[in-house]
Amino acid sequence: MNMLDFITKLLAATLAMGTSLAYATLGEVYTQKTGILNLGMEGIMLMGALAGFTTAFNTGNLYLALMMAMLVGGFFSLIHAFLCITMRANQVPAGLAITMFGTGLANFLGERLGPASNGYNLTGMNIPSKFSNIAIPFLSDIPILGALFDVSLLTYALYLLIPFAWFFMYKTKHGMVVRAVGENPRTAASMGISVSKIRYIYTVIGGMLAGLGGACLSLSFTPSWNEGMTGGKGWIVIALVIFSTWNPARVVIGTLVFGGITSLQFSLQAAGLKMVIPSQFLGFSPYLITLVALATMTIINQKKKGSFASPSALGTSFAIDDK
Amino acid sequence: MSELTTDETPVVRMVNITKHFPGVLANDQVNLTLHRGEILALLGENGAGKSTLMNMLVGLYQADSGEIYVKGKLAEINSPQDSMALGIGMIHQEFMLVGNMSVAENIVLGMKDLPFVPPMAEIHEKITELSKRYGLQVYPDKIIQDLSVGEQQRVEILKLLYRGADILILDEPTAVLTPGEARDLNEILKKMLTEGKSAIFITHKMDEVMEFSHTVQVLRRGKSVSVCPTKSIKRVQDLANMMVGRDILFSLERGPYNPGDIKVEVKDLLVLPVGGGKPILDNISFSIRGGEILGIAGVAGNGQQQLTEAITGLLKVNGGTIFLNGKDMTNKTPLQVIKAGVSHIPADRGSMGVVGDMSVGDNLSMKKYRTAELSSHNIIKRGLVRKFADHLIELFTIKTPNQDTSVKFLSGGNIQKTILAREIDACGGILIAVYPSRGLDVGATEAVRQNLIKQRDKGCAVLLVSEELEELLMVADKIAVMFEGRIMDIVDAKDAKTEELGMLMAGVERRDI
Ligand SMILES: Nc1ncnc2c1ncn2[C@@H]1O[C@H](COP(=O)(O)OP(=O)(O)OP(=O)(O)O)[C@@H](O)[C@H]1O
Ligand SMILES: [Mg+2]
Repeated sequence: MNMLDFITKLLAATLAMGTSLAYATLGEVYTQKTGILNLGMEGIMLMGALAGFTTAFNTGNLYLALMMAMLVGGFFSLIHAFLCITMRANQVPAGLAITMFGTGLANFLGERLGPASNGYNLTGMNIPSKFSNIAIPFLSDIPILGALFDVSLLTYALYLLIPFAWFFMYKTKHGMVVRAVGENPRTAASMGISVSKIRYIYTVIGGMLAGLGGACLSLSFTPSWNEGMTGGKGWIVIALVIFSTWNPARVVIGTLVFGGITSLQFSLQAAGLKMVIPSQFLGFSPYLITLVALATMTIINQKKKGSFASPSALGTSFAIDDK
Repeated sequence: MSELTTDETPVVRMVNITKHFPGVLANDQVNLTLHRGEILALLGENGAGKSTLMNMLVGLYQADSGEIYVKGKLAEINSPQDSMALGIGMIHQEFMLVGNMSVAENIVLGMKDLPFVPPMAEIHEKITELSKRYGLQVYPDKIIQDLSVGEQQRVEILKLLYRGADILILDEPTAVLTPGEARDLNEILKKMLTEGKSAIFITHKMDEVMEFSHTVQVLRRGKSVSVCPTKSIKRVQDLANMMVGRDILFSLERGPYNPGDIKVEVKDLLVLPVGGGKPILDNISFSIRGGEILGIAGVAGNGQQQLTEAITGLLKVNGGTIFLNGKDMTNKTPLQVIKAGVSHIPADRGSMGVVGDMSVGDNLSMKKYRTAELSSHNIIKRGLVRKFADHLIELFTIKTPNQDTSVKFLSGGNIQKTILAREIDACGGILIAVYPSRGLDVGATEAVRQNLIKQRDKGCAVLLVSEELEELLMVADKIAVMFEGRIMDIVDAKDAKTEELGMLMAGVERRDI
């Protein structure tokens, strides 16, 4: 295998891997930008993966599957929104509860929703079709960069969604409101903005994107259902939000870096390098990199006097007559 | 000031407004009438309910009962959107600005009729035009957190102008401004009011009331106690009396000037900015004796804050020495400084003076909890703390439902009294007070000043930083004037003249006066 081939394949794997992360991270960026911390991502993604997979398994309709994944993701984040916004619960335990509930329920249902022939288990089942890669003629033949034009529809959609998410956040009146609500909810309220409404909307949208991210796994990346198949990606998402400094455009960088390292680990293992580097090391390297990245971001942020800082009101509840 | 015609229908009529907060009756059957072109000064002690009443007029709070008529019609004001649609705009007591967004974004934030993608170029142009017309210099693309307090206040005004508000509510707009900035702001407000706008103006500064308003309305403990034309008020004392319900001493009791040993000695203090550049504190030297109050005069931002931070151990110095009660305390930690007998009333009471979510009692014992008086073997004795707190609440007449109330629910004056009580009680001979009467009503201001003088009479060395020359002349024994990090001169308060101090504050050298 020559080097060019290796890099092209690596990029392709990175894109496949990063797609799921990118959807969920975009969702969490929007949620956190309004001041709500949703640590339920892992559970929501897994529920999304399950909802997508069962729907596709039973109907064969991939688009219906995506809709279901988004619906379920939206519903779970609605629970989070209700706890945090209406009931004013502490956002950290509320999010953890969502993750535990979501993962537990998904794994439980995964053993109940399958066909009788498989003991009602979904594991080991195949879906009639999946989101497979679509190569754009000519463009996909370019060395290395060609990988960008041989991806699934889910990835192509991101090429539009990420720039749009950035534009929406920084150039539209709605984005302005989102930023104001997460930064200074009192001021937003004094300008006639309903802080609760905005927080509800974007928490639910965030959950829908996370559900979609989960479905990317079960409908495209590894088209199957496996217990705990998100494998901690929901937590990586939380780190990627910090890494992207709450900027939708920078979500690309985070997902590429993380997706890249994870894929590199697979490719190196496949290339037989595990003789030289212990496979355990390769296994935890993405998480190690995440730690390093977070520490680096924090240091840069201090140097730049907080220009990469989190939304000021992140994690706090709000009512106008609080003092 | 223009004459007022009151035969038209009033632009605002609030009828029998009542509002409860948990444990507090903030407004009790309040009536208020505002006519076109009228400036109504709304006065009252801290916690009288002025801000609450106005927050209901703009729809931020909802009244428990009562009605609001705007321009003759019964108005349903459920959110600030509704009040804006009626032409009502408010400058709040604390800034309502999003720190990391631009001036222009803050001005148009939340406007309903904005297109999906706001045309920023057009918006900038309109802002620039407005700012020219009213002499409000701002740059639309600057980020709020890079602006000075005065500039931020201008953005607040532009927010009202941009939305075309013609009923303006101004809640202590000059409280955080330097005297110069306040004067500029007042000029701008006058200009806005000549265009037929009406205003409700909340302030604790009596000279602003007399200069500006047509009518004065006074709230006391949530009730409206009087409404009268400003012209009918003969003496400032009468206003103060209406607010507090008793006479305010505009001169304070003080013992004879009887200085003792030197307690604070600062020599050649040098503080350099982090990135390099002109020193923030440039060779500052002075000393304060026991039984003496040294006032620091100067326009805010000339190094006063840093000077007090250096003395209290909050800021590292690059050169010079600080001796407190005879000990070298240069670059020591705040705890060491406290142990050396220093008490500190910081400028920002919200973030440095109290912990808002903790109770009054805990805040009061926050300095002494380590001592044998309140704890043993690192375990706090709650019984003793309760007794201690109740004692201080009584001694300093802190108005609070009880000592378990969170400090953040107290009025500004009572928060300040809480700090004062804690710091004075624990004072070991040196008291540092930074803008201690900022935002306080006349009654609370009097109490703060009298307490500072009491400490002096007991033999403490007091450092008082203030922007109000009047306050310094009344309270201090000596006055040092700071300008750009230097002490221009130190004069005796009793033969200091306002004009002379003013020139020193502006940076005119002594020999040129
Ligand atoms: N959100 C709130 N929750 C509970 N109590 C409140 C709240 N806002 C105000 N209060 C209480 O209501 C009373 C009136 O407060 P308000 O802020 O209206 O006073 P104010 O006249 O504006 O005083 P100041 O001159 O200090 O600004 C005070 O006792 C205050 O502690
Ligand atoms: Mg007020």
